[in-house]
Amino acid sequence: MSLKDIVSPFNAWKRAFEKPDTIVKPLSEREGSDLYRGFHINDIDKCIGCGSCEEICQNAAIDLVDVASVKAKPGDSGLRPLIDYGRCCWCALCVDICPTGSLGMSNDYTWISENSDDFRFIPGIDEKKWNRSEKGYRRSAESWLVDPNRQHMNEIEPDKRKKNFDEYAEGFTDEQAMAEAGRCLDCGICIQACPTHMDVPKYINAIRNKDLDEGLRIMYETNPMLEACGRICTAKCEDVCAVGHNGKPIAIRSLKRYIGDQTFKKKDEIMDLKPAASTGRKVGIIGGGPAGLTAAFYLRRFGHAVTLYEQHDKLGGMLKWGIPDYRLPADVLQREIDFILRQGVEVKYSVKVGKDISFDQLHKENDALFISVGAQIGSDMPIKGMETEGVYSGVEFLEKVAKGEKPFVGKEAVIVGGGNTAMDATRSSIRLGAKAKILYRRTEQEMPANREEIREAKEEGAELKILSTPTKIEKLPSGRLKIECLKMELGEPDKSGRRSPVPKEGSEFYIEADVCIMAIGQKVEPEFSETIGLKVTKWGTFEVHSDTLRSNDKVFAGGDCQTGPDDAIKAVAAGKKAAYFIDKQLRG
Amino acid sequence: MKPIWNDTKEYDLKSGKYVKIWQGPQHPGVTGNMSLELLLEGDEIKLLKTHVGYLHRGFEKLMERRKFINCFPIVCRICVPEPDTNEYLFAAAAEELSGIEIPERAKWIRALNLEMARLGATVMGLGGQAGSFGLGTIGQWAVAHRDFLLDSFEELTGGRIYHMYIVPGGVRYEIPEGFEGRLEKTLVKIEKLLSDIDKVMFNNAVFKSRSKGLARIPKDWIEPFGINGTTARASGVSYDVRKDHPYLIYDQLDFNVTTGTEGDVYARTELRREECLLSINLIRQILAKMPKSGPVRTFIPDIMHWKIPAGETYVRAESGRGEYGYYMVTDGSEYPQRVHVKGPSYTHAMSLLEKLAEGNTNADIFGIMVSLQTYPPEIER
Repeated sequence: MSLKDIVSPFNAWKRAFEKPDTIVKPLSEREGSDLYRGFHINDIDKCIGCGSCEEICQNAAIDLVDVASVKAKPGDSGLRPLIDYGRCCWCALCVDICPTGSLGMSNDYTWISENSDDFRFIPGIDEKKWNRSEKGYRRSAESWLVDPNRQHMNEIEPDKRKKNFDEYAEGFTDEQAMAEAGRCLDCGICIQACPTHMDVPKYINAIRNKDLDEGLRIMYETNPMLEACGRICTAKCEDVCAVGHNGKPIAIRSLKRYIGDQTFKKKDEIMDLKPAASTGRKVGIIGGGPAGLTAAFYLRRFGHAVTLYEQHDKLGGMLKWGIPDYRLPADVLQREIDFILRQGVEVKYSVKVGKDISFDQLHKENDALFISVGAQIGSDMPIKGMETEGVYSGVEFLEKVAKGEKPFVGKEAVIVGGGNTAMDATRSSIRLGAKAKILYRRTEQEMPANREEIREAKEEGAELKILSTPTKIEKLPSGRLKIECLKMELGEPDKSGRRSPVPKEGSEFYIEADVCIMAIGQKVEPEFSETIGLKVTKWGTFEVHSDTLRSNDKVFAGGDCQTGPDDAIKAVAAGKKAAYFIDKQLRG
Repeated sequence: MKPIWNDTKEYDLKSGKYVKIWQGPQHPGVTGNMSLELLLEGDEIKLLKTHVGYLHRGFEKLMERRKFINCFPIVCRICVPEPDTNEYLFAAAAEELSGIEIPERAKWIRALNLEMARLGATVMGLGGQAGSFGLGTIGQWAVAHRDFLLDSFEELTGGRIYHMYIVPGGVRYEIPEGFEGRLEKTLVKIEKLLSDIDKVMFNNAVFKSRSKGLARIPKDWIEPFGINGTTARASGVSYDVRKDHPYLIYDQLDFNVTTGTEGDVYARTELRREECLLSINLIRQILAKMPKSGPVRTFIPDIMHWKIPAGETYVRAESGRGEYGYYMVTDGSEYPQRVHVKGPSYTHAMSLLEKLAEGNTNADIFGIMVSLQTYPPEIER
């Protein structure tokens, strides 16, 4: 100890004369840093209420609640996150997982209220001073906890695949399926969008857990046509997928196919379906397409006896006759149908109701009837020359292809229409050796066909001529067709929200082709509806109760013949629904 | 090994010679999170029994019921003044078991973060040491200067106290533009503070007379008591995880481990002052040597269902208080089967404190506790 040790501490006084770093009374609120994790903000219009924030919150500080100003719609649950700041630990995992990027945090951190309930609120809905804060933490593309890129299924090269009708998409490998399943957030926003409400997160989770048997069982709860749907479904689920807002949606359809591909050999063993106790009631199903087959499967599960009347010699309906083999191989469809039939469905092949057997007889013999005859007749265009040789309807053409008849396509084929049937006809004619040209009256953006289908058709060499419509078809002396066309413009949006085409005066042009395939829509066979005498709408579809699909006392109708031409998954949904309400009616 | 302390002393409370008092657990500071049962004769401590458990929040158990990513926001709460070591060790253990390699730049940023945290905690510790001997001004200076570092943390990580910045896979985001310059200003301020502390604390008759010779730890106690960090180094044992088991990028930094000889409170405090200077030096080295660009995070797929293959590991890092360790056991599921957190002061705050307190005065007990860097939250994970 020295004198220095006594004197030295007085150095502390030097600081008394320095400019202070802090002041006693802060005059203004100190702003948080640019990255500060303060109170949440939420862009309500961008938020879809998927609940990923609620799922990842380790404090259970987030609850998804109903909000009056937001209506639920496909792809939006209508719920919004309510945050409890008594539990929130400000970790911002909710922000980092948010698939839409709507959730963020402001740099505001002070808020005083005497009422503790004020610290539970819905960001973006409840007015708060930081709601429009620009600063604070937002997730960047790099800090997003989700992989925005999807796995690509291996496909045969366009040049090779267009030479035959073999299936070109090879299905996911185990690694691809695991990686793709790993992108799913389990939010379940897809379930509502799926017409038959398949439990997508649950079967994706089965893939994640490498329990594909369980995945198969989950899928059969809502869809007995899963192998077909795994290939050709229009995948409404993917359109609304939460991850799709900032990346590519989960390849749900391909994951469905993956489970089907991996399990079909042991399907009976895995499903291990015991016959349900017989109810002694009989149900007749007219039409063995996806709706009829689905109804048959579930009605058998309920214990009713089922007889299926099919006008062709094979089942499958549009899946069989309307979708070419390269998309849905015949053996895949057949093995799936066989499984349904093994549940004890009686089938009467090549029986046309109204011709080979009367509808009244069926009505008498059965306790309930389900009509699922589809929309099998191609719509005609109201133009001159429709009856010319070489002009086919899309369904007629595809049916011939499906039967292996190799219809004449010549060197050049013109396909009119922009839906999936048009794409199927286009790609089939390419496979039969023609150059294909698609005429569509609106633009590519408005085409109702799947984007994938359009892309793949183009890859295979199809030429797309948009804003064009045929007005007249003539046969040239050479035997080729001369198609007179008109250019179109886009006018005001119509009821479907698509801008309607308006003809452009004096814009006629001509194209020549060997065949012309009209794929502009289908309708229900008018003779059949007349024979059975059920109420029909002005579009010729059967009129039924929208909830129960019931037409009159014991007749139900569903699928394309009730909705007009639509996709397979809607037909499956109708079959499932009909089976449920038929069962309900039969049990009283 | 022969027990170095096998005590069966009995004191007759009814004799009127002794008085038993309880200190804690009512105090919000680190010395009051636990309870001391003191038996005094006059001012002299005859017997001390430590009681812990008042701050138990069950972190280890909580982790067993949380997915891996959900553990990351809670581990930092094990240690308030220096949470980053927990973040780092949890991430490092999970990364090691799942075989994830983190980007080079992330390693440097992690080291920067750890050194900043060590500096902040050690500066505040110096203030606490001064405060426990009645030199309150230094305590206020120290807390204010830690606040400057918290400003830097806020800018870098988005949080002041719990940074939640080191995540499995790397760090959360890039260093903001111009951050280095603003951090340097703070480092300069802290250097000035340290030189002031030299004059006011280390050359202070009060501090010297109270701390020199107080609670001396002989070198041969280090191993049996499991003493580590600056507490061990002050007794002449050179052990620093950064040097002896280099992690992150510490093998690329140029530094020496300083040791003391006396092993008393003064020597420990002096060494901590050295630690602050070392951290400042290391921060400057890191900023100069780190790669200037590159990714800072490895993407972990399917984070909500992140499964780590079965395995076990012990990872360690040098925190401001010594060796911090995480022992993680995984069973291939989405949840850790067991995470054991070894806080550095775990070995200091109970048996060693009881031993050292004997014969010292009641007035010195908090000075001793702070010098041992006792930290109840990490005793009760």
